[in-house]
Amino acid sequence: MSTATQPLVPPLVRVHDLAKTFDVSAPWLNRVIERKPRTLLHAVDGVGFEIARGQTLALVGESGCGKSTVARLLVGLYAPTRGGFTFDGQDAHAAFQGRDARALRRRIQMIFQDPYASLNPRWRVEDIVGEPLREHGLITGKAELKARVDELLTCVGLSAQDMARYPHQFSGGQRQRISIARALATAPEFLVCDEPTSALDVSVQAQVLNIMKRLQRERGLTYLFISHNLAVVRHVSDQVGVMYLGRLVELADKHTLFSHPRHPYTRMLLDAIPKMHDTGRARTPVQGEVPNPLDPPPGCAFNPRCPHANARCRAERPALHEAGAGTRVACHAVQEGRL
Amino acid sequence: MALLEVQNLVVEFPTRRGVLRALDGVSFAIAPGEILGVVGESGAGKSLTGASIIGLLEPPGRIASGQIRLEGERIDHLPHAQMRRIRGRRIGAIFQDPLTSLNPLYTVGQQLVETIQTHLPVSAAEARQRAVQLLKDTGIPAAEQRIGHYPHQFSGGMRQRVVIALALAAEPQLIVADEPTTALDVSIQAQIIQLLKSICKTRGAAVMLITHDMGVIAETCDRVAVMYAGRIAEIGPVHAVINHPAHPYTAGLMAAIPDMESERDALYQIDGAMPRLDTIPPGCAFNPRCPRGFQARCRTERPELIAAGPTQAACWLHDPASGVTA
Amino acid sequence: MKNPLHRWLDSDMGHSLRASPLAMGAACVAAVCVFCALFAGWVAPHNPFDLATLELSDARLPPAWSPEGSAKYLLGTDDQGRDILSALIYGTRISLIVGLAGVALSLAIGVALGLLAGATGGWVDALLMRVCDVVSSFPAILVALLIAGVARALYPDAPEGMAFGVLILAIAFAGSNGWVQYARTVRASTMVERGKEYVQAARVTGVPPVRIMFRHILPNVTGPVTVLATIQVATAIITEATLSFLGVGAPPTAPSLGTLIRVGNDYLFSGEWWITVFPGIMLVLIALSVNLLGDWLRDALNPRLR
Repeated sequence: MSTATQPLVPPLVRVHDLAKTFDVSAPWLNRVIERKPRTLLHAVDGVGFEIARGQTLALVGESGCGKSTVARLLVGLYAPTRGGFTFDGQDAHAAFQGRDARALRRRIQMIFQDPYASLNPRWRVEDIVGEPLREHGLITGKAELKARVDELLTCVGLSAQDMARYPHQFSGGQRQRISIARALATAPEFLVCDEPTSALDVSVQAQVLNIMKRLQRERGLTYLFISHNLAVVRHVSDQVGVMYLGRLVELADKHTLFSHPRHPYTRMLLDAIPKMHDTGRARTPVQGEVPNPLDPPPGCAFNPRCPHANARCRAERPALHEAGAGTRVACHAVQEGRL
Repeated sequence: MALLEVQNLVVEFPTRRGVLRALDGVSFAIAPGEILGVVGESGAGKSLTGASIIGLLEPPGRIASGQIRLEGERIDHLPHAQMRRIRGRRIGAIFQDPLTSLNPLYTVGQQLVETIQTHLPVSAAEARQRAVQLLKDTGIPAAEQRIGHYPHQFSGGMRQRVVIALALAAEPQLIVADEPTTALDVSIQAQIIQLLKSICKTRGAAVMLITHDMGVIAETCDRVAVMYAGRIAEIGPVHAVINHPAHPYTAGLMAAIPDMESERDALYQIDGAMPRLDTIPPGCAFNPRCPRGFQARCRTERPELIAAGPTQAACWLHDPASGVTA
Repeated sequence: MKNPLHRWLDSDMGHSLRASPLAMGAACVAAVCVFCALFAGWVAPHNPFDLATLELSDARLPPAWSPEGSAKYLLGTDDQGRDILSALIYGTRISLIVGLAGVALSLAIGVALGLLAGATGGWVDALLMRVCDVVSSFPAILVALLIAGVARALYPDAPEGMAFGVLILAIAFAGSNGWVQYARTVRASTMVERGKEYVQAARVTGVPPVRIMFRHILPNVTGPVTVLATIQVATAIITEATLSFLGVGAPPTAPSLGTLIRVGNDYLFSGEWWITVFPGIMLVLIALSVNLLGDWLRDALNPRLR
């Protein structure tokens, strides 16, 4: 989706300067006795993007980049320290605190990573999938509830008999499908998916991804898809955002990002993926590891590992700026034309 | 002569409801210096194969029949004391989680020196020198200082390098690596794969790399064995298996993986799921899900590994007597 | 054909019970005790509390197999002519009821506070944990003694119901044997469950926090508590016996096993051993069987939890 074809409708989700800081200091007593300073973790540090209705934005990055925190901010599990996002024009965080919270929660739902922990082991599938319906008072009659749960289970490829079973009787892929059925119960418009297939086998992953794509087509759903697996991201997304240490370093549509990555970190990531069919090729992987998020490097977070870093990179933090072809990059080297 | 030879390995778990066969007649060989990949989905039995070879099969699981030979000698039913000497000296192990593979109470140097001295007749000073050299070889900067550090002072990728150093400490001929890169970030994964390849080539150690990630296999291994429901479905050179799979399961698996080159709307999906240990169908284990299941024989007779071009596949499609071109 | 008992015996837990002869034996003994306690009126040959049936002339008779004993009083009589066997059966009933009620009260308080502490965190959690620390730093029996003793001293002629009420309270608050251990266990489990994704899913849906605590988290934290409670019944029974022995437990009109032991204590050295020994053996049997059952339960639940 390039900027040349700007949609006439405003985007469904618009995130602006979103930030979340966690206080991970030692307990008060320890701090007083051992004279330790307060420790703050800037999990997300000023992230902004837009998602148009019916599209999928994927956020990729390695551990500690803050993508899971962004997911939780967008469903109201955390409140932002700075910035916020609008959903369908209204300020979402004000809505989450206010009286309209329930209406908003009907429209935004989430799918989690761990199929074994995302379903209550003591509840039957019928109760798990029916809970959002009961909670929001959407359906009151027992028979109608059962019928609706049956409908939801069928559309994810499970059967009516599965309603009476417990989660431990299902495989990982089936549990993830139950999670999807639960998320769809209130007919939401926006689904935040936090690594939904990372814990699944390859063939099961294919089944779940196919279901998700089909549901998006049938119901016009909008997805925020979090993943560390670039191949999966390439398959499901329309737009991709690359995160590093809480910041967005590149944001582009899928085709542009994978064919012409601009940011050095994106290039490094793409280069690091093991290629299946291009075997035997010698690669030189970039050295170094993601620094400690509690102590990020000054200036551009990537500068210790970047082959193109100069003095400005070590001092000044780059902002996300337009770099042509609908791509936004946060890199001094790209901005200065060095790359 | 092959370094490791596994012949018709059968691993069983006696349970209240009967005996479950987790591995059902697994056979393969690893040549000296070769990197063999063992790939499969959860429940296929690849970790169990590794555990049986190292001798770390958890009771009540036991090797019911078959042979494991290391350089011609049988190692499958050795007494504990003898197996301990082999483990470490001739077979090294790398596991998935670097955090729990290292003892948090001892420094990295102490653990390395302990391993070296247990298996090699060297003095403490020489053991320490070898330990420092090992750390340098595995790419840990400032090895002389870091040898005195504790595991928690290393990051994830560095810890896995230490684990690799530990596995190589007694200079084994075979390394069994069970999902060594699964818990690591993509960029670190690339570094570790590179390290494993180079260090094993320079030391002439063979590697049995167990993983579910086909991409890692493609980059690292010489040959690969694809496992399904406790049996080997296909085995052969890595390029042949990936680009021209002979077994329908391997073909389905390859088609289901989203890759970076092609663009598809829907991923190919193999319907159904791998059968659980107590519900393995008779005949070929894959037959209920197989798109090419073509004769009654698939449902009744279990296929052995049959030559199918450059690879071997356990599939009746490749039986020259069946009269079907695969 | 298969009734619920048969189906349960066929399950994993049932098999585990059948595999262990010790657990089977303990289960049988416990079942007999419970049966006797429930149907004391029909099982016991006499009613030891009906003053009209007592005959002082039958006082201090030895057990039936002794030369001076009589078949009417199988295990002998005490100093007031009460049949020891009947007193045992009624005493077991009181001990079991008090023990179970004490544990039930501990559970109610401990689970509620533990849930609150684990789910809320912050200063509520810190405060509750400090309270637990303080309560458990006192020796259990002293706290129970304090509560029961002070109540007895203030109201020596209290009605039976109040005496039992105080006794149950004393057991529930008996230091680290009381509600404190349940609170700690439940708090730890709650903190683990709270981070799990099904709880987050409920929060995303908009389920209010109290409902999440009771409908989502509570069913998942009761596992370890069940084992603890079973083993604690034995401790509660012994605590009650101790308090009764010391004279501040069960009221004299409804003697429990501890009271019987105390009564018999005075006659021990004059050779009338049966008044103390039989209640003592009964106490040991109950405590041991409940303890063994609790051990078996913990092991039976463990592999499934893994």
